[in-house]
Amino acid sequence: MHTKTLTELARDLKARKLSSEELTRSYLTRIERFNPQLNAFITVLQEEALAAARAADARIKCADANALTGLPLAHKDIFCTAGVKTSCGSKMLDNFVSPYDATVVERFRQAGMVLLGKTNMDEFAMGSSNETSFYGPVKNPWDPTRVPGGSSGGSAAAVAARLAPAATGTDTGGSIRQPAALTGLTGIKPTYGRVSRYGMIAFASSLDQAGVITYTAEDAALLLGAMAGFDPRDSTSVDRPVPDYTAELERPLKGLRIGLPKEFFDPGLDGRVGAAVHAALTIYKKLGAEVRDISLPNFWLSVPTYYVVAPAECSSNLSRFDGVRFGHRCESPVDLLDLYTRSRGEGFGAEVKRRIMTGTYVLSAGYYDAYYLKAQKTRTLIRQDFITAFENVDVIMGPSTPTPAFGLGEKTGDPITMYLNDIYANGVNLAGLPGISIPMGFVDKLPVGLQIIGNYFDETRLLSAAHQYQRETDWHRQIPRGFE
Amino acid sequence: MQWETVIGLEIHAQLLTNSKIFSAASTAFGAAPNTQACLVDLGYPGVLPVLNKEAVRMAVKFGLAVGAGIAPRSVFARKNYFYPDLPKGYQISQYELPVVSKGSVEIELEDGSSRRIGITRAHLEEDAGKSLHEGFEGISGIDLNRAGTPLLEIVSEPDMRSAKEAVAYMKKIHSLVRYLEICDGNLQEGSFRCDANVSIRRKGEHKFGTRTELKNINSFHFVEKAILYEVQRQIDVIEGGGKVVQETRLYDSKKNETRPMRSKEEANDYRYFPDPDLLPLEIAESFVSEVRKTLPELPDGKKQRFMRAYGLSAYDAALLTASRELADYYEMLVQAVGGEAKLCANWVMGELSAALNQNNQDIVQSPVTAVMLAGLLKRILDGTLSGKLAKEVFEALWAGEGEADAVIEKKGLKQITDSSAIGKIIDEIMTANPRQLSDYRAGKDKLFAFFVGQVMKATQGKANPQQVNELLKKKLGAYS
Repeated sequence: MHTKTLTELARDLKARKLSSEELTRSYLTRIERFNPQLNAFITVLQEEALAAARAADARIKCADANALTGLPLAHKDIFCTAGVKTSCGSKMLDNFVSPYDATVVERFRQAGMVLLGKTNMDEFAMGSSNETSFYGPVKNPWDPTRVPGGSSGGSAAAVAARLAPAATGTDTGGSIRQPAALTGLTGIKPTYGRVSRYGMIAFASSLDQAGVITYTAEDAALLLGAMAGFDPRDSTSVDRPVPDYTAELERPLKGLRIGLPKEFFDPGLDGRVGAAVHAALTIYKKLGAEVRDISLPNFWLSVPTYYVVAPAECSSNLSRFDGVRFGHRCESPVDLLDLYTRSRGEGFGAEVKRRIMTGTYVLSAGYYDAYYLKAQKTRTLIRQDFITAFENVDVIMGPSTPTPAFGLGEKTGDPITMYLNDIYANGVNLAGLPGISIPMGFVDKLPVGLQIIGNYFDETRLLSAAHQYQRETDWHRQIPRGFE
Repeated sequence: MQWETVIGLEIHAQLLTNSKIFSAASTAFGAAPNTQACLVDLGYPGVLPVLNKEAVRMAVKFGLAVGAGIAPRSVFARKNYFYPDLPKGYQISQYELPVVSKGSVEIELEDGSSRRIGITRAHLEEDAGKSLHEGFEGISGIDLNRAGTPLLEIVSEPDMRSAKEAVAYMKKIHSLVRYLEICDGNLQEGSFRCDANVSIRRKGEHKFGTRTELKNINSFHFVEKAILYEVQRQIDVIEGGGKVVQETRLYDSKKNETRPMRSKEEANDYRYFPDPDLLPLEIAESFVSEVRKTLPELPDGKKQRFMRAYGLSAYDAALLTASRELADYYEMLVQAVGGEAKLCANWVMGELSAALNQNNQDIVQSPVTAVMLAGLLKRILDGTLSGKLAKEVFEALWAGEGEADAVIEKKGLKQITDSSAIGKIIDEIMTANPRQLSDYRAGKDKLFAFFVGQVMKATQGKANPQQVNELLKKKLGAYS
């Protein structure tokens, strides 16, 4: 049953062809078998999952179920989960058991979904390879010598290896789309404000957005419908009705205007990835879409802008981890300063420290105008480019990443090349737009992803474009060897 | 050398909302430590702030009351610094774009003159928790009940020129926030706090001197004392050839001195930036006009009306309208007495205020209600009580011995106004004191007071003093 999509499993549960308990047991067994080699999970909730599955079966029996009841999933360990360790991939929160549920966790729990466990991630979501995790790197199921991408690397590896039929992720600068691309999965980052950030441990508040990693766009539509929507506990969530994404999946693509930004096809792009994009576009043309060349002239500013805005916000967001109320506290502090410096010095890893220091620097007196304020201005330019582009096209397409998955340890010594792996992703977060990555083929036997960027709150179009491509292709059906 | 003092005040008024500015936790004072701090106040991972609309309404109310502009768009910013009672490691405040812009208030001085003091801005922010150092050995306690309580920080222009003006301004703002019912004004509990920026310059100089910021001033009295101390200190420094250092100084009310706070605590770069968790605060004109409709009659307007309607002096009217409750008391009293505004004013500002001060009580706690006091004043007006007796009756009212008429009855305090009765007593006294009588008549005028005293003694003070004077003059002089 682990080869089925979430949508297929939902049908089987509804038809009582299998019970949630059976399904849950089968995934738990796979986790037990494969997780040691992948390191995709930080916490596995064996007992809790089975109890939830039995409760779901009871709901199904008395017809108190919805489309999601009884379906298992995994949460990235950035979502606060009541009574469960929520580490955010950091030693700082290794001892932190959340007293409450994030809105996303709560919504899936209320729908009757079964939580299998919490997935590994880059520390505080800062990374593109899952190598900054305190719990060690995650292996890519397609090739264990390679990274699964990050920061939602554990979620991607777990779903790719069929240890869970779906998993949540968060995307601040590509953290859902990039790992989905590198593991052959569908990953959607909704419009900023579409999904509540309450209970999602903040990295960069103006960029963070929750989404899901699944096999298909159809699965993503199913989950997004449940997790999206206004939350009075998050002032930045938008009060706007949630469309029925599933119902809109078949909306014809005839006349769809696809923008192809020339800036995406830069020298940094692996030519074979570029060729895969063009192959995908051929299919879209066959489906009735037209492709238009467009330009995002300020696209080159997105990585530098991102690496001012995100560290600035994180330097402040991570101040609360001070060893006073929760999280890591150093042994026998001699005074307040010692408590702060040692607790934080011991609790945070190198990449997190690098970003806190960068962020502190760009916000400090005398540098604020040159960095933070300037970055706000370039952010506006980047956003404006997209807004202008969407006057003439319905979606923008391009590669999700410049290359397929790179080797473990390959980029850890050079943060800049690591950062550049998200070159096509960062701008979408800066603009607050929705983006999805779907499998579009293989390069060196490694999956690569097509990124589709939509206009604000146009997830419906992204999902239907992705879905209809997936009906024409079977890239998303491929399973890494050894995990069939 | 002639020195001029320049003072600006930063007042923190705790807003009277039921819940905190960014969370649903209660703001009630005095609960057991850390029982009124929810996950948002504790700065738990993943939590987010949601602005309390009531706090915004109160800030707008204040802005309108001081004739200030209300920003259609203001921004919450993070002020970043580490301290154990600041759970998030930053305070959410407003920095570049505050909700209330320039306004002003008028202050009354004791000499009857008045001055306009500019208000630079007022902005919303959250309070921090409290660090408790007493009663702990080797550690500090942290109480986060206060964390997230809404504050309105009201920043004045450096318009005040003396400690007395600073006190008058502080009292004015205090009165205003209480009129508006946006702050309880309790200085002891810290719901109304004040920092003073103080500098001096040579008389006639236009440039400001280097200022120091005085913190920890929690009473009107201490504001005056702290400023007076600081001004003298600065004069001493400069006249001694030194320079005033820009720094934050703590006022120690026990020693009556200011001293510098440790420099480590102030060497902060707060790295302000807009809080990405909160959208810019947008206030529609319709909201402002809605709030405008809820504005009560304000102290200045009430003062003008008191002067007009009751014929009071500016000073008296200002005193009586200093608090809404006092003004209400006064108006009830005048109504119950049926006029006699001046007599009423004298009693409220005299006997009643003295008793309240002495017992450290507020007008709303007064055991003598306006109606009770009216009962007393009516007996003065109809001649039943002399001024002296009235005071005695007032004391009885204060002590809870009943209504004025009952007290007069019980204690037999009715004034003796019967001329023949008083005359009879005078005759007896003259007979009993022949030597004094002859001395008086021989020209020793001072003995008149002796006879007045004897009459009063004989009547236990109840004789109408005016009648006693007249009758004594007549009778003592009859034989001369």
